[in-house]
Amino acid sequence: MSIVQQERWNPVVWLGELVIAPVSVIGDFALFALLTLRWTFSRWPKGNVLWANLYQIGVLSLPVVMVTGGFIGMVLAVQSYDQLRVMHMESRLGSVVNMTLVKELGPVLAATMLAGRVGSAIAAELGTMRVTEQIDALEALGADPIQYLVVPRFLGCVLLIPMLTIIADTVGMLCGWVFSTTVLGINSYYYWYHTYAYISLLDVYSGILKSISFGAAIALVSCHRGFHAKAGAQGVGTAATQTFVFSFVLILFLDFLAGVVLSQVYIWLDPA
Amino acid sequence: MNSDHQTPLLELNHVSRSFGAQGVLSDISLQVQPGETLVLIGESGCGKSVTTKLLAGMLEPTAGDVMWRGVDVKRLKPAEKLKQRLRIGYLFQSAALFDSLNVFENIAFGLRQNTRKKNEEIQDIVYSRLVDVGLNSDVSSKMPAELSGGMRKRVGLARALAISPDIIIYDEPTTGLDPVMSDVINELILSVREQRPVTSIVVTHDMHTVQKVADRILMLYPLSRLPAGENQVIFSGTADDAFHADDVRVYSFVHGDASQRLHELSAA
Repeated sequence: MSIVQQERWNPVVWLGELVIAPVSVIGDFALFALLTLRWTFSRWPKGNVLWANLYQIGVLSLPVVMVTGGFIGMVLAVQSYDQLRVMHMESRLGSVVNMTLVKELGPVLAATMLAGRVGSAIAAELGTMRVTEQIDALEALGADPIQYLVVPRFLGCVLLIPMLTIIADTVGMLCGWVFSTTVLGINSYYYWYHTYAYISLLDVYSGILKSISFGAAIALVSCHRGFHAKAGAQGVGTAATQTFVFSFVLILFLDFLAGVVLSQVYIWLDPA
Repeated sequence: MNSDHQTPLLELNHVSRSFGAQGVLSDISLQVQPGETLVLIGESGCGKSVTTKLLAGMLEPTAGDVMWRGVDVKRLKPAEKLKQRLRIGYLFQSAALFDSLNVFENIAFGLRQNTRKKNEEIQDIVYSRLVDVGLNSDVSSKMPAELSGGMRKRVGLARALAISPDIIIYDEPTTGLDPVMSDVINELILSVREQRPVTSIVVTHDMHTVQKVADRILMLYPLSRLPAGENQVIFSGTADDAFHADDVRVYSFVHGDASQRLHELSAA
């Protein structure tokens, strides 16, 4: 008979672990974010390190962001046209397509693409560095891993996601316009007339502001998951998957939060 | 008597370390004297690498103190801590070369990060360290993925030496290498010690390495199987003492005799 005894299941211990584990992860994440911000404002990364990250995050994400933006613009046109035609308001298609793109889908989809393409890659890269002791080696050679690895990626995401969002918005608007005028037969003049009438600059700014918070969330989540990757191929894979799931949930949460705050800003700016 | 000889370079005082609920080290005390080569042996998972990471400041103890030249490292200011950390070179088990940098940049990394040396000076140091570890300058433009296991270890050692440390920690330096390359690494450990006044801490399972390089040996025993009340450091002495130890656990380990372990497993 085995002398190894299994510990009996204890509901109090189970409940305690259930509460403590997420709280400690959130606390650790908050500290990680604070350290990243501290390093960002105290010491910028070296030029070659920063440029390499800007290229990886920004330039290489362009094709996927443009393709996504373009298709979303056309899908919005197709879906909205049927609804508006029932009400004989199809000439207002431009306002619906462009408003949705600029305020919601442009920033959210650009961020989702960034989380999938860049976030997962960052988590996998840093996770591999963690399990192969490269992060320990950085520390042993006097470099701070957050300053050397996280800050350039954080800056890359935060600085470039507004531009990626603007590009996604622009391509989406153009594709939506081309599809609406050539396939759906909408008059180009009314398409843009209603767009100008319904979309304010504040809508554009709010979308871009939201995207900055999405970029920060993606960078912090992906780097944090990478730093805490468990050993082995499965550990790195799990870190990459968690990055996408957590980033996506956080993007939607921040989008909701921004929606609530910005609606109050709109009321404050225009009480009527 | 010189007081320097009385103050250990590095010291662990009643140090414990756990990861979550899993204890790895409990109440460990050890001293590293200047100039010696201390070898840590023990089964996989007994906490050898954790011990070296505590000594190198890459991990913090759950309890107890890590002392550097008689000063508790917790009391060091961040700048002093960084300075102390750079006095310790670390050769990782997998060499841990940075994948995205070539050999030259790997070796130059510590210099670029912590000094204001000019490129020419850095170049001289890098090529000189490559020669020290028996590699020529042609290797400097290669990426880590293009190197063999033995070359990676040698580049890792060159990188550790580039910052001119007082202590070098070798974490399983011969693991995964063929017997000839293992002996090359052992010879390198000896030649590094001859070339400069360096203190060495070597973690290994390789008894050939132990016999060749050790001044003193400590053997750790896994905490999970340690009888209550017994010290986790179950042996301290020379290589000869270890090979003639009375403790069956030490004797079995150094002679690679599995009978004791098999007996324990069958009893469980």
